Amino acid sequence: MGSDLVVRFAGEGGQGQVTAAEGLAQAAAQVGYHVQTFATYPSQIEGGPTWAQTRVSTNVILTQGDQLDVLVALNRQAYETHIGELREGGVLIYNSKDFDEQLGGLSIGLDVDSLARATGNPRAANIIMIGAVAQLASMPADYFRQFIEARFRRGRANDQEIIDGNIKALNVGFEEAAASGYRVNPLDPPPLIERQRVLVKGNDFLSLGAIAAGLDIFIGYPISPATTILTFMEGNLNGEGKFVGQATSEIESIAAIVGAGYAGRKAMTSTAGPGLSLMGEGLGLAWMAEIPCVVCDVQRGGPATGLPTKTEQSDLLTALNPGHGDMRIPIIAPGSVEECFQAGVDALNWAERYQGPVILLTEMSVAERNEDVPRPDPSLVVAESRIVSDGSMGNRRYSGDGLAPFPVPGGPGAYVANASEHDEPGDTTHLPQVHIMQTERRFAKLKLLDNGSYEAEHTESPIALMPWGGSKGAGRAAYQMLRNAGVDLGWMYTMYLNPLPAALLKELRRKELVIVPELNYLGQFAGVLRGLGVNAHSITQYTGLPFKEQFLVERVREEIAARSGRLARV
Amino acid sequence: MSKRNPDYDFKWCPGCGDFGVVRAVDMAISRRAVERGEGIERTVVVAGIGCSGNLVHLQEGPQPFGIHGIHGRTLPIAYGIKASRPDLNVVIAAGDGDFLSIGMEHIGPQAKRNLDVTAVVMDNGIYGLTKGQASPTTMLGVVTPTTPYGKLEDAINPLELYLALGVSFVASGISTKPRDLANLIQQGMDHPGFAIVHVQSPCTTYNDTYEALKGNPEKGIAPGAFDIPADHDPGNRSAALALAGSSTIPIGLLYQRPDSTPMDQRLADARGRTKVRTRSVEDLLTGLHI
Repeated sequence: MGSDLVVRFAGEGGQGQVTAAEGLAQAAAQVGYHVQTFATYPSQIEGGPTWAQTRVSTNVILTQGDQLDVLVALNRQAYETHIGELREGGVLIYNSKDFDEQLGGLSIGLDVDSLARATGNPRAANIIMIGAVAQLASMPADYFRQFIEARFRRGRANDQEIIDGNIKALNVGFEEAAASGYRVNPLDPPPLIERQRVLVKGNDFLSLGAIAAGLDIFIGYPISPATTILTFMEGNLNGEGKFVGQATSEIESIAAIVGAGYAGRKAMTSTAGPGLSLMGEGLGLAWMAEIPCVVCDVQRGGPATGLPTKTEQSDLLTALNPGHGDMRIPIIAPGSVEECFQAGVDALNWAERYQGPVILLTEMSVAERNEDVPRPDPSLVVAESRIVSDGSMGNRRYSGDGLAPFPVPGGPGAYVANASEHDEPGDTTHLPQVHIMQTERRFAKLKLLDNGSYEAEHTESPIALMPWGGSKGAGRAAYQMLRNAGVDLGWMYTMYLNPLPAALLKELRRKELVIVPELNYLGQFAGVLRGLGVNAHSITQYTGLPFKEQFLVERVREEIAARSGRLARV
Repeated sequence: MSKRNPDYDFKWCPGCGDFGVVRAVDMAISRRAVERGEGIERTVVVAGIGCSGNLVHLQEGPQPFGIHGIHGRTLPIAYGIKASRPDLNVVIAAGDGDFLSIGMEHIGPQAKRNLDVTAVVMDNGIYGLTKGQASPTTMLGVVTPTTPYGKLEDAINPLELYLALGVSFVASGISTKPRDLANLIQQGMDHPGFAIVHVQSPCTTYNDTYEALKGNPEKGIAPGAFDIPADHDPGNRSAALALAGSSTIPIGLLYQRPDSTPMDQRLADARGRTKVRTRSVEDLLTGLHI
């Protein structure tokens, strides 16, 4: 079974919650636990209700955790908002400076700021919180000394002083929690994990995948929650022939990466929903003129400005058809931080392979959370590159109905890349037979991409659970619980949403019922699947937060009962 | 119908100014290729949407590369091309509607980057391809299908706009003098930085300004354009602004920033100055080790 610990740090923005959650994760990962973090904040620099959560486990972690073992509430509002999620037997640590009345239950009042000042380091409040949590979960202080060393040893003259101060703060947290006499379920010793692991956020890992696949050019515009891709690229995509630029709008970003792709380079941009809307026409240009490029859309919530710092899966339909006219943009939607690296590689490869735009569809909850994942081996990455024209086709860009070598400016085969319907040399034409042939050819190229991998389990069941994107983890947790309870249910999953792997689609069409948990109102992916002849129905949620495991367990049972006419047993 | 593609069926109207502009562009590109001893395939023509953008399909002789994109976005496309391939000679062909209305937001950023491209803006003071609606350079009070009571907006002064935005090379040409225009375009291509050659290219169907530009003494029409005096110093920005503010259109080179450093050069300089540590994916992953 294993054991696990879920801790939430909640309060006003700027009170160190995110630092504490990430510090706890880092320390636990260093001694060999699996970890995952999750944070959510309002769209402002300082203040506003903010919370961050860390899950530490001896098992691979699928979600941020349904119920809290420890809640650290740094103000009254945080206490009132989150106390309902504290499990029975869980412990509350609250900021006694902010509210000091007796709260009853297992609660520990700590004036973390005063305690921090007393250690001589007023900024150590988050370390005190970590110490208190560690004590409650029976994690030895030794686990954290190594973490503090690693975090604060930076080659400064006063390193040792800072380290000592933080260890002191850690001990204060330990002592205060120990004095309460409370404990939550102790964590088992960390599992032995053989493979080298990295602790990384989705946006960073995806960026690394794209760089590993040979990315040359990145041009982007700041927007939450995609900005960290732009800043990662600014910091790390450098060297001869590489270029990273900040555009003045998403309209400029998309046009610029189309220009770069046209000029023969591997180019990418990142954005979120509002930017994706602005990129519609530019993506149409890339589709029409058949120019490789990659757009990463990190989904947030709602239409228009919506919920900039929350998570949702409501851009799928826009991503499939971001602009006017007939098009169907290839989409890769990683379901976990671990999948982000390969998704970055594949997106670039797909763009080169079929000569057109690809959308990497991720979401805030995957993009910004930390997860410990196996270290990929970059030497195993196969980077695909378009076949370049040798000029043997004269100035014709196309030949017949297949893929043709790509003429690169500066080399032979000069033609006109055209956003209007066009003939083989790229000159504009409105002839029906040309538009028919070119439209069909553009769609036929998608066949080059329909061999993606997928997961399938218990395929003999007529019912399958098929989450997509970041709902994979909660879906998987629910699936395992339902299977353990004896429910007849299969599992289907892929990050290749368009085109779906052909073999997967064939299997899905044979199912009596495919249940799709997704974070949007419309049930977007289920609708897409129904259009493909699959009897798919969605379980939707649109709170701006990810699914909880138990919620899905119950909803899947209801779906099965309501739609298959058979009550789920147990 | 074009010389190289008999199936191409687009035609400019007889007398369209764009015929003169395509001649000038062809001349400038070919001459540059010969003078530099580099193939014409090193040139990319980025075309906007409108009558003028069809220039890219109507070029004769040896063919450069072309990209005929979406309305208003020639400059951002050119930004991507030039950022990724500084070795290419990038020429933009767009009209006043494309460049100055829907595309105006992109002029400032390229001026600030001093993107090393040359924009040839064909100004006919009207939307031709959509049949005669008012454009940003249509004069106040002019009646068009979209301005039945006369245009309510002032015409913008493109030359003043370019200078105000900091474009580092600003020239003004006229389609009736393709040789002079070719010289300006070639100077623009040689200029290290963002060059705009704004061309009076009349529309014979919806806004025939040939007579207004040239003048007609018999009808008492004074010329609407004049050649910039030989003693004008293009390095003098104030003098250039004064010319741009004239009541008639100055033709010639208004301004060329003497110490113009384009974006790709700035990047190369910055790379030489700062010690940027290029880390491999292996190294970056190692940095994330637990």
